[in-house]
Amino acid sequence: MDSQTQNPDLHPPAAQGPSVGRPVRRLEDERLLRGGSRYVSDLIAASDALRVKMLRSPHAHARIVAVDATAARAMPGVVAVLTADDVAGVGDLPCDWQAPGMIAVPLQPVLVRDRARYVGEPIAAVAAESVHAAEDALAAIAVTYEVLLAVAEQEVAIEPGAAQLHDALPNNIGYRFRRAGGDVERALAEAEVVVRRRLTNNRGAPAPLEGRVVLSEFDPASGRLVHYTASQLPHVHARALGACLGLPLHKLRLVAPDIGGGFGAKLCFYAEDVICAFLSMRTGRPCAWSEGRGESFLATTHGRDHIQYAEIAARRDGRITGFRSRLLADLGAYAIGMGPGVPAINTGFAVSGPYNIPNVATEVVGIFTNRTPTGPYRGAGHPEATFLLERMVDELARELAMDPAEVRRVNFVSPSAMPHRMPTGWTLDSGDYATNLDAALKLASYRELRERQATLRAEGRFLGIGLATFSESSGVGPSIGMGSVGFRRAGHESARVVVHADGSATVFSGTMSTGQGHATSLAQIAADVLGLAPDEVEVVQGDTEAVPFGTGTFNSRSMAIGGTAVYEAARKLLDKARKIAAHKLQRRPADLTFEDGVFRPSDGLGVMAAAAHAGKKVEDKVVHAVFRRRMGMDLPPSDREAGTVTLTDVARDVHLGHDLPRGMAPGLDETAFFDPEDMPFAYGTHVAVVEVDPETGQVALLRHVVVDDCGRIINPLLVEGQVHGGAAQGVGQALMEAMVHGEGGEPMVGGFGEYAMPRAADLPSFETGHTEVPTKLNPLGAKGVGEGATIGATPAVVNAVLDALAPLGVTEVSMPMTPMHVWRAIERARDARGTKGGGDA
Amino acid sequence: MRDFDYHWASSLDEARRLGAEEGAAFLAGGQTLLRDLKHHRRTPTSLVKISGVLPREIDLRDGGITIGAGATHAEIAVSEVVRERLPALAGLAGHIGDPAVRHRATLGGAVVAHEVAGDYPPACLALGATVHTTDRDLAAAEFFAGPGRTALEPGEIVTAVTFPVPAKAAYVKFLNPAARYAMAGVFVALAADGRPRLAVAAARADGAFRWREAEAALAATFVGDALREVRMPLDGLAEDLFADAAYRGRLAEVLARRAVSLANGAAPGVAVFSHGSPLRVGVAR
Amino acid sequence: MPDVSMTVNGRAVRGTVEGRTLLVEYLREHLHLTGTHVGCDTTQCGACVVHVDGLAVKSCTMLALECKGSAVTTIEGLAPHGAPLHPMQVAFGEHHALQCGYCTSGMVMMAVDIARRLGEADEATIRDELKGNICRCTGYHNIVKAIVAGATAMAAERE
Repeated sequence: MDSQTQNPDLHPPAAQGPSVGRPVRRLEDERLLRGGSRYVSDLIAASDALRVKMLRSPHAHARIVAVDATAARAMPGVVAVLTADDVAGVGDLPCDWQAPGMIAVPLQPVLVRDRARYVGEPIAAVAAESVHAAEDALAAIAVTYEVLLAVAEQEVAIEPGAAQLHDALPNNIGYRFRRAGGDVERALAEAEVVVRRRLTNNRGAPAPLEGRVVLSEFDPASGRLVHYTASQLPHVHARALGACLGLPLHKLRLVAPDIGGGFGAKLCFYAEDVICAFLSMRTGRPCAWSEGRGESFLATTHGRDHIQYAEIAARRDGRITGFRSRLLADLGAYAIGMGPGVPAINTGFAVSGPYNIPNVATEVVGIFTNRTPTGPYRGAGHPEATFLLERMVDELARELAMDPAEVRRVNFVSPSAMPHRMPTGWTLDSGDYATNLDAALKLASYRELRERQATLRAEGRFLGIGLATFSESSGVGPSIGMGSVGFRRAGHESARVVVHADGSATVFSGTMSTGQGHATSLAQIAADVLGLAPDEVEVVQGDTEAVPFGTGTFNSRSMAIGGTAVYEAARKLLDKARKIAAHKLQRRPADLTFEDGVFRPSDGLGVMAAAAHAGKKVEDKVVHAVFRRRMGMDLPPSDREAGTVTLTDVARDVHLGHDLPRGMAPGLDETAFFDPEDMPFAYGTHVAVVEVDPETGQVALLRHVVVDDCGRIINPLLVEGQVHGGAAQGVGQALMEAMVHGEGGEPMVGGFGEYAMPRAADLPSFETGHTEVPTKLNPLGAKGVGEGATIGATPAVVNAVLDALAPLGVTEVSMPMTPMHVWRAIERARDARGTKGGGDA
Repeated sequence: MRDFDYHWASSLDEARRLGAEEGAAFLAGGQTLLRDLKHHRRTPTSLVKISGVLPREIDLRDGGITIGAGATHAEIAVSEVVRERLPALAGLAGHIGDPAVRHRATLGGAVVAHEVAGDYPPACLALGATVHTTDRDLAAAEFFAGPGRTALEPGEIVTAVTFPVPAKAAYVKFLNPAARYAMAGVFVALAADGRPRLAVAAARADGAFRWREAEAALAATFVGDALREVRMPLDGLAEDLFADAAYRGRLAEVLARRAVSLANGAAPGVAVFSHGSPLRVGVAR
Repeated sequence: MPDVSMTVNGRAVRGTVEGRTLLVEYLREHLHLTGTHVGCDTTQCGACVVHVDGLAVKSCTMLALECKGSAVTTIEGLAPHGAPLHPMQVAFGEHHALQCGYCTSGMVMMAVDIARRLGEADEATIRDELKGNICRCTGYHNIVKAIVAGATAMAAERE
């Protein structure tokens, strides 16, 4: 790791074993570096699949009067065209997280039946011999639309008289979810200071570099479907696919090979998966679809999109006494995937963050609009909560003329108060927020930064320092808890560990990596338990035939839950191996140690046991001598001779089954499920340093400091990578990324030409450190790390820009803080200052 | 994209003949044409590949640098002649698109595409460049006929552009955070005869233009501050997600001042401003 | 349909393709060299970068026919089967400069090009040179470190 940007004090020696806690280089990299990756598009390139193209609604809201595919069906190379009538028997796309109290759940059909409700909604599908033939046929499908009025923003959609998307949902309100604890009304009334704001958390696109892609192969002779798809949840999606198509799961194999990024976009179960499978079943040919980049901005779930009203009540000493918020969450056109639950539960429960706020009330209103449905996007509800809270904390600091670091510090839940039940009902399990904050401030040289800021201000330059401290629930579970909040998904994870006859091992995990490096981190966990080197452990994921049960990767759960399952399975397996070793060594299992792959008798056997062993040795010699005389050959040496047994010895012998303890089955093959008791809360601090050019609104991101706590670190290299990448996406939303629609719901973003993806030159090298307070909620002590940096980065950067511009009287810049938005905020503030009699800017 | 016939021209004459046919398009570096074909913005029925027959030399003669239309942006950026005598142009070329695009995209292709946010058109206008074709020589102002349009006749091919060497010059642009081409770009030059010329790209929806008011102010004194009171008219300015007319106009004003300051500076050349990146950045290498 | 012929990773190849076949399509679908990827439709993301006649180019914005007589190198050709990894590939692996791997081929090919043109460039220059390569996973931090290390290793090899 880079010593220039790491502070050695913040990297406590964490090695649990030979490899966990160490920066093991990834086992999967050589294949990827050589160009040997196998994304679904690579499988398509090698196949003779029919190519599928989707006809999508060009209107945000329209009744479909007629669809005429006659001409399209007759075109050269076209094998099949599907419209809604053709898929009448197919189930609607599932919504597996329905917010509690949802009035109705408007599901998205696989193909539009009566009304298209967002630009991009699939209306028809063509399967043809080539992409070009499919595209030509699309153009020949004649659709008659009756265009309807559309609503493209939450506050417009809930106004009386607004266009209605779904008959069962007046005013387009899907739910009102309330969560409260304490007496926030009283806190607001009695507060010494109240700050009120309206904030927006803009819509964005997860935009993994690999778009969505499907290859579906139905074999009519066996009735079996093999479905390749870039899915973060292979098992969940297999079940969804089977349900939609009426195909039993024993005839369905879903494979997610290499996946080029997910970030939540590949958690939803989409129409194109069903369409390709259906077409393959109908034509008997493999059918493939891949998403064009422009198409992805219409067809793949977006993230975030809240309008937030917040009130924060405090004492003059900075102690927050109450926090009330009303959040208008845009669900898009349909309830699909995890969409509705994310704002309600992940934001609704999380609003007090790492602070001890005794009185909290939140109302989350889920609203349907004529836009692409929203879904989870890296952080999934936590960025929205953290942005809201961290902006309000900074507003409070400004109001009180207090250092924003101090306001945070005096409000933290202290380590001695852990576990701490928040008023909303979730429980912070462990953490030392103040130590984490101090580490970040030290790494950032905060005091010197403030001095530098003052110096530069005197020179007419605008340096800004922005803070954010966050805590986030990770490792979602327990299953029973998820059920109680409408989340119809398991909270457990499975792992199966097999040790082969030569002592190498395979881990079958229900998690699914989309770049996080599970092939290495899960191997490390198993390797340490089994005394192997990580490269002696192969990790298999993403194939429902190889891994029959699994939940998947989301909410930063793969190490906490998936890793624990691997650990438990490996330990079960080691227990069995220990029993076999004990049998071979004629010792009791508890008398053996296991180190570096070898079972050894521990010292200090009693006199009787020692005598018995000596006797057994003599017995062996006699048996061997007799065998030699009778059979003319030698028995293999007794393990008792050697006095030790390796795991490899056990592995070899257990498969032969020649000498197992009575009643014990052959094989070293154990499965474990881990269902956590509760969610561990990861946390961290971000410090962003910016300089703003007021003439142009350009923001230079000079430094970005992160001190992260994800509990026990399995692989610090991988943790660093998640922090860097997560922070980059958080910065992206703060400064440049926005999925924008016009008033009528027309997308104004058609690709990377309008959606600003951060480039290398936009970002500094990140300065990172870690604190490591393990959780007691799993034996690894691990929390999640995949999403935290995104959660913390956005508000830190926003707070930094506002801090920079405070001398100019700027109090708000909406996200994304593009140069134009920054410049306009400066202009407005200047105009307001110039207005006689003032008034709010 | 639709399919097409493909002709590999072996001479300029053959290229002209093939290019004059109905539905034909010339293919040099392909970085604009192929992009347009992929998005169905153009549907030629035949492509005439002219990379092999376009001149590529870069020569200094008679106070001007003549660059063959086939020279790539990368070649222009590292040319010793251009770096020494017209560093603003070398810097401009070196900051078009990205390195991979610059290895293919050509000067000829860029001037013919005449994109609203293109970097060469303001350079051509501000330097008083001459565009040489197979048939004639045209002043840049005559050559550029409207956004995406030039004065070229069917079959006529741009073979070179001559840039008079100025006394001073600089190019400044601010990148659109998504598309990463100019949101506004200003090329300013003080000609050898002492006359200032200043051209703005990406501001007006109809393309690059010489900003006469700014030039008049600079004629009095060639310093950035001379432009403090000169306002960019907002009528006709381009608008998109990242810059509306008001912002774009202000950006053009600011960049114009900075371009003049840069031209007067010790190391004149190019300055590229980009959101996220450091504030004072980007002098030509 | 026109004929196409070029050298790819040192091997002469010929074929017959539609004129509109992009180089990236030819490599992936005809030659089954699927290490080069497609990530956008606006020539911006760089997942498709290969070398043509020694220079990094975006294979999504070139026709296969344009490569007649040219030498094309893809990621598979940087370290052919069985050969040790190229120093830039080694540097990427050592510095955890890849996560999902989708941008990696193009990133490595661009990195090699940067090092060949500019030698041991500093981090700011490298970040600028990566303008045409988008990574969504790594935040670029480790990619930049890897390119610095890889360029040094390449320079050492040349000595």
